[in-house]
Amino acid sequence: MERNLQTNEFKGLRIAITGGTSGLGLALVQELAKRGANVCFVARTQSGIERVAREFPRTHGIVGDVSSKQDIYPIALQINGVLGGLDILINNASSLGPVPLALLAETECEDLEVALATNVIGPFRLTKALLGSLAASAREGRSPLILNISTDAALNPYPKWGAYGASKAALHHMSRIWDEELSGEGIRVLSIDPGDMDTPLHMLAVPEADRSTLKQPQAAAQEILEKISSHLRSADADARVASTMQGVVQ
Amino acid sequence: MIAATVPVQRPPDARLLVVNADGRIDHRPRSDFATLLRSGDLVIANDAATLPASLFGVHLPTGQAIEVRLAGRESLCSECVLEFMAVVFGEGDYRTPTESRPLPPILRRGDRLQLGILRARVLELLDHPRLISIGFENAPREIWEGVARHGRPIQYSHLTAPLDIWDTWTPIAGPAAAFEPPSAGFMLDWSVIAAMRHRGVQFATLTHAAGISSTGDRELDSRLPFDEPYLIPAATAELVNAACARGDRVIAIGTTVVRALEHAVTEDGIVPQGEGLARQRLGPGSALRVVDAILSGVHERGTSHHRLLEAFINSELLARVDEVLEGQGYRTHEFGDSMFVERMQELKVSKTKFRPIVDKELRPPRELRTA
Repeated sequence: MERNLQTNEFKGLRIAITGGTSGLGLALVQELAKRGANVCFVARTQSGIERVAREFPRTHGIVGDVSSKQDIYPIALQINGVLGGLDILINNASSLGPVPLALLAETECEDLEVALATNVIGPFRLTKALLGSLAASAREGRSPLILNISTDAALNPYPKWGAYGASKAALHHMSRIWDEELSGEGIRVLSIDPGDMDTPLHMLAVPEADRSTLKQPQAAAQEILEKISSHLRSADADARVASTMQGVVQ
Repeated sequence: MIAATVPVQRPPDARLLVVNADGRIDHRPRSDFATLLRSGDLVIANDAATLPASLFGVHLPTGQAIEVRLAGRESLCSECVLEFMAVVFGEGDYRTPTESRPLPPILRRGDRLQLGILRARVLELLDHPRLISIGFENAPREIWEGVARHGRPIQYSHLTAPLDIWDTWTPIAGPAAAFEPPSAGFMLDWSVIAAMRHRGVQFATLTHAAGISSTGDRELDSRLPFDEPYLIPAATAELVNAACARGDRVIAIGTTVVRALEHAVTEDGIVPQGEGLARQRLGPGSALRVVDAILSGVHERGTSHHRLLEAFINSELLARVDEVLEGQGYRTHEFGDSMFVERMQELKVSKTKFRPIVDKELRPPRELRTA
């Protein structure tokens, strides 16, 4: 069932967001729900899920920890079950690693493991578990998309951001490889740096930051929606060209 | 034949028995599958993810432990999870062969069951001490959560270790619909799909709620397969009808795909999009109007999967195939070897020429109907 881009391009889109109860994830839930998307969000605590679900009753919260192998398939099953398929996966849940931030030489191995499990392995596992649904979405002409939330620390070597930066660098590069490998299936994978935002995660990392200088997560969410929008328009245009070419060949 | 005892979906030594339309039999590595295909072929697989359909809990009137295996539902819609058909076992687990598992306590209509966080009632007794319909008292979203978090995949005593949920999902698994894995699809990884595409082979999916393969009870097993809901996406219906119109082959990955397509096809030979409930049994004498070949697991005589093969080849050839499988030590069951069976020339039914779908659509998915 192809979407109607002429009306509301988000209405009816089936979207899953990890880390959906605070910061950018929460803002995305809010913005997408407002636009009529069918939204599932994942977070670790039942209380957080209930709070957000009360605020946005048309959304569905799933309790789960993406850093836990045992949680991935139950999360994927609920996403598929409740949404009946998936068009967009947003891997947003993130871990800083050590808090307060630490020099690499002073980072506990276990803290690095947590950052890697949350920022790299978790998105990898969840993406794999949901690939079937995303590929089905592509075959139905719905232009599926995976968005992996990255950071400028993935590219720039900021002291004390080692665990976070290295894990996000891995996610960023993995996104590029996924994008190459999945192009044949019609699935796009994008890595997005939303900028420094006024979020609980940023407060943990830089408690002394001047919050007035930080981007509001709602603004970042709107920018991401614009990127999604642009992807959908471009995919729609490509489909029209392909359809025209097919007509010419026939 | 030997039961495959290790849950590896794509063992490097997996074999493929090829049964050609003219009756020739070949042996190939299963990794050669894509090379058996030709440009224009349409391969269709079942993309159902497997529910962790085994729910352990308590029969509240007696306090006895039970295992409820969800085994059927009427529709694939997201909200349609309030009622299921189920097979119930008494105490025990997968280490006891299913046929040796004790009966559950005597079940009565209205009995309450506690299954993890889920509460359910016995709605109907279905003419067998193990077979009931149950109704969950939770909201659909709680049911999805309860099954996802509390359920376990249905286990097989012939495996050396218990199955985890990821063992039961094929690489292309999407909608959570199957009660046991549509295991013919285990061989389909993304490289195989790319290899098919490279050869000019089209690939599509449908979703079919593959049911339980065996209950261990002869009387119940004689009723298999139970009714199974399926959903054919518009894009798939279009590709099937176009392939039939061109005279190209339609190749089913697994028995469930055959059941869905042959149930859906109309008298005009059109496969419509939408949802249906497959009730028919396929076997000797069944005229296949859509599917030309099947990639399937290796099945033992007496099973419904084995009977279905007689729609593709006659009983003499099937007996010869069985002898070869036995003699060559092919591995059976979900994680075993595979067979690629072309429909014999003598069993071919002419396909009605393609005409556009007008008014013979199946009912659309329920979500669409209520939107």
